Amino acid sequence: MTIAAKQDAAGLGVQKALHMYRQMIAIRAFEERANDLYTRALMPGLAHLYIGEEAVAVGVCEALRPDDYITSTHRGHGHCLAKGAAPDLMFAELLGKEAGYCKGKGGSMHIADPGTGNLGANAIVGGGAALATGAAYASKMLGQDRVAVCFFGEGALGQGVLYESMNLAQLWKLPILYVCENNMYNEYTHFSETTAGDIPTRATAFGLQSETVDGQDVRAVHAAASKMVERARRGDGPAFLLMNTYRFRGHHVGDIARDYYRSKQEEQRWMSERDPIALFGGWLVAEGLAEKGELDRMETEVAAEMDAAVEFAKNAPYPDPARVDEDVYA
Amino acid sequence: MPETATAVREISFADAIREALAEEMRRDPTVFVIGEDVAEAGTPFKVVKGLVDEFGKARVVDTPISEAGFTGLAVGAAMAGMRPVVDIMFGDFMTLIMDQVVNQAAKIHYMSGGKWKVPMVIRATMGATRRSAAQHSQSLHAWPSHIPGLKVAIPSTPYDAKGLLKAAIRDDNPVVIFEDKISYAKVKGPVPDEEYVIPLGVADIKREGSDISIIATSSMVQVALGAAVMLEEVGVDAEVVDPRTTWPLDEKTLIESVRKTSRCIVVDEGYFRYGITGEIASVIAENAFYDLDGPVRRLGARHVPIPFAPPLEDATVPNERDVVALARQMCNK
Repeated sequence: MTIAAKQDAAGLGVQKALHMYRQMIAIRAFEERANDLYTRALMPGLAHLYIGEEAVAVGVCEALRPDDYITSTHRGHGHCLAKGAAPDLMFAELLGKEAGYCKGKGGSMHIADPGTGNLGANAIVGGGAALATGAAYASKMLGQDRVAVCFFGEGALGQGVLYESMNLAQLWKLPILYVCENNMYNEYTHFSETTAGDIPTRATAFGLQSETVDGQDVRAVHAAASKMVERARRGDGPAFLLMNTYRFRGHHVGDIARDYYRSKQEEQRWMSERDPIALFGGWLVAEGLAEKGELDRMETEVAAEMDAAVEFAKNAPYPDPARVDEDVYA
Repeated sequence: MPETATAVREISFADAIREALAEEMRRDPTVFVIGEDVAEAGTPFKVVKGLVDEFGKARVVDTPISEAGFTGLAVGAAMAGMRPVVDIMFGDFMTLIMDQVVNQAAKIHYMSGGKWKVPMVIRATMGATRRSAAQHSQSLHAWPSHIPGLKVAIPSTPYDAKGLLKAAIRDDNPVVIFEDKISYAKVKGPVPDEEYVIPLGVADIKREGSDISIIATSSMVQVALGAAVMLEEVGVDAEVVDPRTTWPLDEKTLIESVRKTSRCIVVDEGYFRYGITGEIASVIAENAFYDLDGPVRRLGARHVPIPFAPPLEDATVPNERDVVALARQMCNK
């Protein structure tokens, strides 16, 4: 098979595929360091890790333009990185440092960055739904062709404002994707105990286009997102994507004893059989798009980059307490 | 209030608001009105009637009955370059939009380290005595006043309503403006033809006096002015001070008035407990204590859900007689 034919088979250029792989391992490496900082008591607050769900953020954000919008969640590091955030400024924010994206005023759950179209991670479950819909509304009113993506976990399916937002989006044909990451657990409760009926039907009832996707397969995620993003950009309206995925770690770093809500066997099965990075890496090698050694080298590079970002954040100063009253009003 | 009132046309409170919206929409294409029945219906109060004829349905946007959804949509639209003016038909529905206002709009600028701005206005109504019962009669302006990141305006006259709304629309922060439903048609006043804006955070002396300061807000300004006329007959010269915004609060003007008169009543239509009157009374007590002849006194809505039966409802809201009786007692007249 020629190289060109392989690219066609992949549905992605080789460069794009390798970039996506790199973004996925960057998120994993970021989160492992966040875990480390947290367990060593260097990171205040809470740390909700995205490990296991990397294919969703990367597959979707790689279908977006830099000026497209996203809203993220309390489990948002992956979305922010996938949309282009710089790891050093993110770590600085996680540690509450002045150099962070939000001058240390937001923290892990509120990373926001106009430069990458990130309207903000949101610590209210479902809190991004109406905001992302509003950004899509502004895009349409201003005659732009920017698309908004609202990331949320399946826990947000319990929030009424999500349905109000989808209704408005479909009524007004807004350029928005509602991306539901079903990692199967609303905090410490299996989603089957909180979610009546069928999930995609909730969106199709409003007339949204909907697709259910294997959220561990970054190619499938990217293909579905690309299709819906292009459709939205053309003015054909909103879509709902249900991404079936799995949270490899606890609800937050401190959620260690998880036996009461899920088994170690279940976790092991997902980690050994359904790791999105292993699946995509294996596919890249099997298809001959990358050599194993090349992926390993990439991992070493990413690790060094993340270590440097952590060092930057650790060495950065805290904000001066005198600045506590700044930024309340514009 | 301009002293040259005779040279100026008189319009209603509702007309003043409609003029402010129309002028700002002409001036800035990113300003749009969004809410329930705002287009052809012009809201049940007819305040925005006719705007759709000039600006079309794309800028006077009828929504489903989804207050949280369209308010949150306005927050996102504001972040992305628009200046939405959200219409909340009854201020009681603040309950339905609180997360969008308190956890989202108010905090986004701060949480993002000053990177995102939320230039939006929420117009809500307030005020009892329309026989609308407990869920359509409350005055909840104390709630947003409690939250850092929000500004809150409570105009009492057509002149103030127009100038404050124009300032609110141009402000880069979320501003909640409460409009008294009774005042829409009932209160008329001079509004000049030429353009003006009233900065948020500047109180206004509605009537000068030397014996007692009556600090009054929104609907209670008319009550205080009426009381001042009655007090004059018994030899009490009352000053009526309208803060016009609860946040930012022009503490200086309020304190200076009380230092001059040495007596103070605070009257507001919101609930008496844990509300606007308590906050203003504490500002006076902390800053003008040694100038006072006696304790600061307060009048506000009784601590009950607003009842339906007219005699019951009327008993919940301060009136001119209440103000006069209290002022006479304080002035020994």
